[in-house]
Amino acid sequence: MLEKKDITKIIESLSPNERKIIPHLESKTLNMLNTVLAELDKVALLRALEFLSNKKAVEIKQSNQQIIELGINGLNYKIKGLPERRLINLVVKNRSISLQEAQKQSKLIDNEFKAALGALKKKALINLVNGNLLLSGTKEEISKKSLEELFLETLPKDLNELQPEEKFAFQSLKSRKNIIDIQNKQLVRFEPTELGKTLMKSDLSQSENMIEAITPTIIKSGAWKGKKFRRYDITSPIPKIYGGKRHFVNQATDYAKKIWTDMGFKEMTGNMIQSGFWVFDALFTAQDHPVREMQDTFFIKNKEAKLPDKKIVEGIKAAHEGKIKGSKGWQYNWNEEDAKKVLMRTHTTALSIQTLVEIAKNKEFPAKYFALGKCFRNETIDWSHGFEFNQTEGIVVDENANFRQLLGYLKEFFSKMGYEKIRIRPAYFAYTEPSLEIDAFHPIHKQWVELGGAGMFRPEVTIPIFGKHIPVLAWGPGFDRIIMEFFKINDLRDMYKNDINKLRKIKVWDK
Amino acid sequence: MTILTLNRQQLEYKIGAIDENIQNKISMFGTPIEEVTDTEVSVEIFPNRPDLLSQPGFERALLTFLKKPGIRKYKTEKPEKNFKVIIDKSVKKVRPHTVCAIVKNLTLTNEKIKEIIDIQEKLHGSYGRNRKKLAIGIYPLEAIKLPITFKALPPEEIKFQPLEFPKKINGKQILSQHPAGRDYGNLLKDKEVYPIFIDANNEILSMPPIINSHKTGKVSTKTKAVFIECSGFHSEYLKKTLNMIVCAFADLGGKIYEMEIQDKKTEIFPQLEPERMPFSIENINKTLGLKLSEKEIKKLLEKMGITIEKNNALIPAYRTDILHEIDLAEEVAIAYGYDNFEPEIPAISTIGHEDDLAVQKRKIAEILAGLNLLEISTFHLSTKEKQYKKINIKEFHPQMIEVLDSKTENNILRTSLLSHNISTLSENSDAEYPQKIFELGKIFYHDNNTETGIGEKENLSISLCHEKANFTEIKQILDYLSRMLDFKYEIQETENPTFITGRIGKIIINEKEVGILGEISPLVLKNNKIKMPVSSLEISLDF
Repeated sequence: MLEKKDITKIIESLSPNERKIIPHLESKTLNMLNTVLAELDKVALLRALEFLSNKKAVEIKQSNQQIIELGINGLNYKIKGLPERRLINLVVKNRSISLQEAQKQSKLIDNEFKAALGALKKKALINLVNGNLLLSGTKEEISKKSLEELFLETLPKDLNELQPEEKFAFQSLKSRKNIIDIQNKQLVRFEPTELGKTLMKSDLSQSENMIEAITPTIIKSGAWKGKKFRRYDITSPIPKIYGGKRHFVNQATDYAKKIWTDMGFKEMTGNMIQSGFWVFDALFTAQDHPVREMQDTFFIKNKEAKLPDKKIVEGIKAAHEGKIKGSKGWQYNWNEEDAKKVLMRTHTTALSIQTLVEIAKNKEFPAKYFALGKCFRNETIDWSHGFEFNQTEGIVVDENANFRQLLGYLKEFFSKMGYEKIRIRPAYFAYTEPSLEIDAFHPIHKQWVELGGAGMFRPEVTIPIFGKHIPVLAWGPGFDRIIMEFFKINDLRDMYKNDINKLRKIKVWDK
Repeated sequence: MTILTLNRQQLEYKIGAIDENIQNKISMFGTPIEEVTDTEVSVEIFPNRPDLLSQPGFERALLTFLKKPGIRKYKTEKPEKNFKVIIDKSVKKVRPHTVCAIVKNLTLTNEKIKEIIDIQEKLHGSYGRNRKKLAIGIYPLEAIKLPITFKALPPEEIKFQPLEFPKKINGKQILSQHPAGRDYGNLLKDKEVYPIFIDANNEILSMPPIINSHKTGKVSTKTKAVFIECSGFHSEYLKKTLNMIVCAFADLGGKIYEMEIQDKKTEIFPQLEPERMPFSIENINKTLGLKLSEKEIKKLLEKMGITIEKNNALIPAYRTDILHEIDLAEEVAIAYGYDNFEPEIPAISTIGHEDDLAVQKRKIAEILAGLNLLEISTFHLSTKEKQYKKINIKEFHPQMIEVLDSKTENNILRTSLLSHNISTLSENSDAEYPQKIFELGKIFYHDNNTETGIGEKENLSISLCHEKANFTEIKQILDYLSRMLDFKYEIQETENPTFITGRIGKIIINEKEVGILGEISPLVLKNNKIKMPVSSLEISLDF
């Protein structure tokens, strides 16, 4: 049982429209309410009802109705008569009339005429003999209104409340053009609760003198003094707002960059379009390796790259041909033309190797570098494969670098990414030896996930650049998968779909 | 990456039960486990270990690793009479090399035959680069008469009944009519002469890399001895392939016989003596960060089937992956156990640094987010429709940069960000308005002054889409950016088919044209089914 002061509070929180409809809470339906309070439109009335419902003064029941109404032709036929009515009237007048004459005089268009004929034939009211229409029903049958005609007169009607004959008429009219239309309407019914009934009996006048909103005028004039403000229902739901922000992938990459810079790595940047020399040859990838074919790599049409410094090119050629001391190489003849092909980089390692060339010039090492950017593979797209994806990669160049240090960096890097437990196992990449792959133990899914590869650059890669073998540690996890996981995106295609609704709603990267 | 599926029973017979412990050891050996069922074990074999691409090869390596360390020595018998293959100079231009061997003493079951076919296929596919590099032929010895000649003839003069084909056809017809001819014919089709192996009775054994003859037939359970040839273009690869096959045959119980291969000079194959590679213990320790003694290193290498003699590593003839001393270091590491290394971070002090342009892009994004704009991120590859046709650019061929054979409809590089702004607005006509978006990213253009002939630069594109979007609004944003980032700009009249005439300006900074802004033409809006007006700008960040 509500106390008096609670009721007073409720009355103080009534908006003007709520005050207007309270006396009419027994109207039962929104339509009735609209009839009684014609000065408010249905949207405003519904909103006021909803506010009262939040205050538990009213119970609202919404149901979907399917209402059968007259369609465009239906409206027409209501005035002029159904085509079959017009046709049969014609036949009655002329006793016997040819088809052509009938159509001409009835002024019915082709499909109306056909429909009319069909309808009459079905009811056995006419006969076609030698191209002439003759009556075949009795006078009584003909003059009687058909089920369809009766039905049309009763519209609009609720589809769920049809009698059997009405259902029959509905079925036969439904397939004809635009005679009837089904509209989905929402029926809003409401009932006052105990509280509502109490309000109906209460004196609402006290809330009429309350201030709705502060305006500059009210502030200036002081008209607010001694008056109360209408109470708000502070618990009622409000429409959502959205703000501007960085794309979620960029938020994640910004975070990844921070991990690298925190560990003392400098960013390397470079072109997305590279020559085969930097993407493959300088990285000791054999010229007949399947990855260098069109099905795996995007080659640019009609372009040929300039190769770098002759010294470097000769060095790489020697590496492939097994002419570097201590190495067998690939034991084939290295072809310069292949290296000149222009393509979209398949990995960020192309940037790493170009950076090594730069640091070799002035022996600027020990050094640590990282790259984060898009790479490209010529693939068909599915939920886990794309042709454009982010990769990140770090290198450590140091004469004293070794395998144990590689493991040390990996442990620290992945721990910063949130993976405390990692394990490594042997793997193979053309340009590293030893090579390894990293699995991380997912803290939430509680299973091992493959995160990326790592290794030490081979002498066939470092010797042409440095003149001797300098250990270079390298590693790079695939990055898009980590992003997908955090944002619970299961399909890679959604990453770059740029669905504005989703972009607005997606939470902020908060690792 | 190839998956090898092994018979579990057979494998367990050699190395014991495949429990979780052993499964882990198999992964730590360098052959990750893909799947284990009651009857099969599937593992991933990396491309550098074709010698593992067979049940015998894999078992040999795993047994060595888990139970019986040491280098496996394979014996060869001296060639018997007529164990010879003559390479005729006619074949040198089309398929210059072959190496061959004979294996006797075989007792073949259907299982073993399946394994042989599997080895052949796997080697063809991976190491042989889908037969481009080499092809292998295996023939029942009783069906042929030695010695063999390897020669080449014009395709019309080659007539034989290919395997599983009803009649004799010539070389050209084989390429067009036989399934193997259709699959691999492109490897021969432009040649004037095709290579064949022919025996002493002038019977054609095969036409590599396409198909064997039906008469010589296939290896069956009755076969006691085989003739094996491997032909192709690089003798080193052929030798290794032959080695891998004959060793697998030896593991199946066979006895390997040498053959004389008569080329310019005569050589004996197979050559199964282990290869000697000098190495330094110091280098291995330095690479791995360990302090192993020579004795310890020897013990570890022997787990990998390699041994040491003085300062040389002895590497089995079937291994293709040891190219440099560094490969020995990895073998030692695997034997030592990757999980047994103590990680260490050295005290190299370096200062981290982010790329300046990346920092600037972030600032711009922050400023624009502060104006309630939403950042989008689109692909660098695009379509002609999106880049040009849908934004009313008619003569686009000069600026278009195409990519060959794309597997998706995206087959050109993007030359503007604005076009992607428009396509994004088009795809989002159901989302609430206003829609205010921006993108920061690279666009591409032809530039002969670069290494690749293609220039790349970072652009910013902004589009505002709502009932009242107009020129003033987009200019206000440019103006705000200029005050926040402290640069001066100028707007000059210009023409552009994407925009409404009289409502477009080019953006000039430091006397250079760097961008464009204006109201988007209703034709473009209609083409893209955008229901609201749009005003946009695109500007290069290169100033």
